[in-house]
Amino acid sequence: MDKFTTLTAIAAYYPRANVDTDLIIRVERCAKVEKNELGQYAFEMVRFLPDGAANPAFPLNAAPFTEAKILIGGINFGCGSSREMAVWAIAGMGIRCIIAPSFGEIFFGNCFQNGLLPVILPQQVVEHLGASLAAEPARAKLTVDLARQKVVTQDGAEHAFEIEPLRKKALLEGLDEIGLTQLREAEIAAFQQKDRLKRPWVYV
Amino acid sequence: MAHTTAAQTLFEKIWNEHVVTDLGGGANLLHVDRHYLHELCISRGFPTLHERGLSVRNPDLTFAAPDHVISSAPGRTGGAFPWSIKVMDTMRIETAKAGIRLFDIDQDGQGILHVIGPELGLTLPGTTVVCGDSHTCTNGALGALAFGIGISEVIHILATQTIVQRKPKTMRAQFEGTVPRGVYSKDLILALIGKVGAAGGAGYAIEYAGSAVRALELEARMTLCNLSIELGAKIGMIGPDEKTYAYVKGRRFAPKGAQFDAAIRHWKAMSTDAEATFDHEVSLNVSDLAPQITWGTSPEDVIGVDARIPQPGHVSKSEALAYMGLSAGAKIAGTKVDRVFIGSCTNSRVSDLRVAAEIARGRTVAKHVEAWIVPGSVGVKREAEAEGLDQVFLAAGFQWREPGCSMCVGVNEEWAAPKARCVSTSNRNFVGRQGPEVRTHLASPAMAAAAAIAGEITDVRQLMR
Repeated sequence: MDKFTTLTAIAAYYPRANVDTDLIIRVERCAKVEKNELGQYAFEMVRFLPDGAANPAFPLNAAPFTEAKILIGGINFGCGSSREMAVWAIAGMGIRCIIAPSFGEIFFGNCFQNGLLPVILPQQVVEHLGASLAAEPARAKLTVDLARQKVVTQDGAEHAFEIEPLRKKALLEGLDEIGLTQLREAEIAAFQQKDRLKRPWVYV
Repeated sequence: MAHTTAAQTLFEKIWNEHVVTDLGGGANLLHVDRHYLHELCISRGFPTLHERGLSVRNPDLTFAAPDHVISSAPGRTGGAFPWSIKVMDTMRIETAKAGIRLFDIDQDGQGILHVIGPELGLTLPGTTVVCGDSHTCTNGALGALAFGIGISEVIHILATQTIVQRKPKTMRAQFEGTVPRGVYSKDLILALIGKVGAAGGAGYAIEYAGSAVRALELEARMTLCNLSIELGAKIGMIGPDEKTYAYVKGRRFAPKGAQFDAAIRHWKAMSTDAEATFDHEVSLNVSDLAPQITWGTSPEDVIGVDARIPQPGHVSKSEALAYMGLSAGAKIAGTKVDRVFIGSCTNSRVSDLRVAAEIARGRTVAKHVEAWIVPGSVGVKREAEAEGLDQVFLAAGFQWREPGCSMCVGVNEEWAAPKARCVSTSNRNFVGRQGPEVRTHLASPAMAAAAAIAGEITDVRQLMR
């Protein structure tokens, strides 16, 4: 997995509430499109007009936000379907960090599996950050410092965020969860051996 | 263990029983008792498994069935397109190589995973059930700890039979009162989502309780738990009771004889203790509830069928109204519909089809409406046909189709036309969910059948005999 340490990049603001993973990537794309090509279909229903032209109302279609590596979203971002292709599609647009007041839980977990950092900040902070950079695109850069757990604006204002320690370590070091769990094989085998006696009906 | 004397919830007891090891910092490694795979999990997950030189650790605890990409057309043989046929081939090859049980097309057991898990007796009280599908929470109706996962976690479980999870907080949602005529568990859970919002359950494992929940049969409880993810909660569950044990008894993979008795003793000890506390409590009195219907593009955009469409309080809701082609202040009843879909892991079980058939019996689908019935499984389809429900639907002008997810998720491209309006018993009214620009209204099977007959959104209570 790609490491995530510190990122300084253009941040784009898409304030829509309850952005669901169906909106992020259509389900038939999940089934038919290769992982590394999903980015071109991210948000297609709102990013493009029916004739395929860029929709001017979609914030990431205007410079400098076409270069955004940070996405600022609304409440319950990534709700709905468990499709991990939603994370792949957003990563395929070049985004490495999403800042929102709250996230869909499965999407939130899927981000960490792909080296993408989801940051939760209070709603008023998110709205203020978003409105500021939308109003002043020339100063739309943010720094996200994972080691210090801070989002830093160009004015130097710092916003602290929480992250669970194991997830932080995995992102900073690019650790692989499966490899780590395989080191626990003896514990898994011992669990099952005991459990087979306790709950034999589970092992059909 | 240190906490055995403290009062605990059902959720905490199941969680604790499945901890293989504490990873620190709030993360636990949990054992997975049941891992369900649909054909897209296999076509997307197994290539990575092979690339990394991993193998399936517990094929005995892994179960597969096609539901997403398969056609629901009568007489179908699999996918309807070259790409979906290839997905089906991959599923068959990989499950055979790994020794995973597959319930293939037309075989006993094939169907939507969250329908067949309980139906086959695979989903049991006290078990952990996971699947690369967010509606896995449906299985919580039996008192299982069940949740949806992404494809990376699918691969992790295939390789290790465990999953790394952080313990969520607990919420109890109490439904009290008597469910009125024309109102079903779908209406109960939609009303709760309307009350607390689509993120109201985020961060919680929900236990549904109260007199109205106890009165529900198991299939109706599955509908209730199914929409937990639409509340923002990965996990929704109901404490097992005598109805649960009676439902499980005799099913294909359920324990038999003395082992069943031992299992019941074990399950009874898993119930939430009387003194246990939850991090959050919500409640809803259902006695005055009207049949519910959604008007927007989030399941939280819901009203009684006798109500008017609310004024948008946020720009997102103005966008939703524009997408849906509706006006604030207008009555929702009387809105003309083009399509009706009765099916999905929410509402495709035989009890759902009985309710819809009662509305359809002796009546005719409106001329301008195309109405589909997609049973949830081969088992549901056979049971419904044995009762003659298929004939009721066919006589009324509904299509009687083959089991699968179909128009709920539309991955097989069973879509309505752009701007078509569809009353659907499924779980998501998201933008484009049932096809580009399609306008979805979520409702119960009774309300959907009523819309098919009337040709417009209508109060099913007026059609009840």
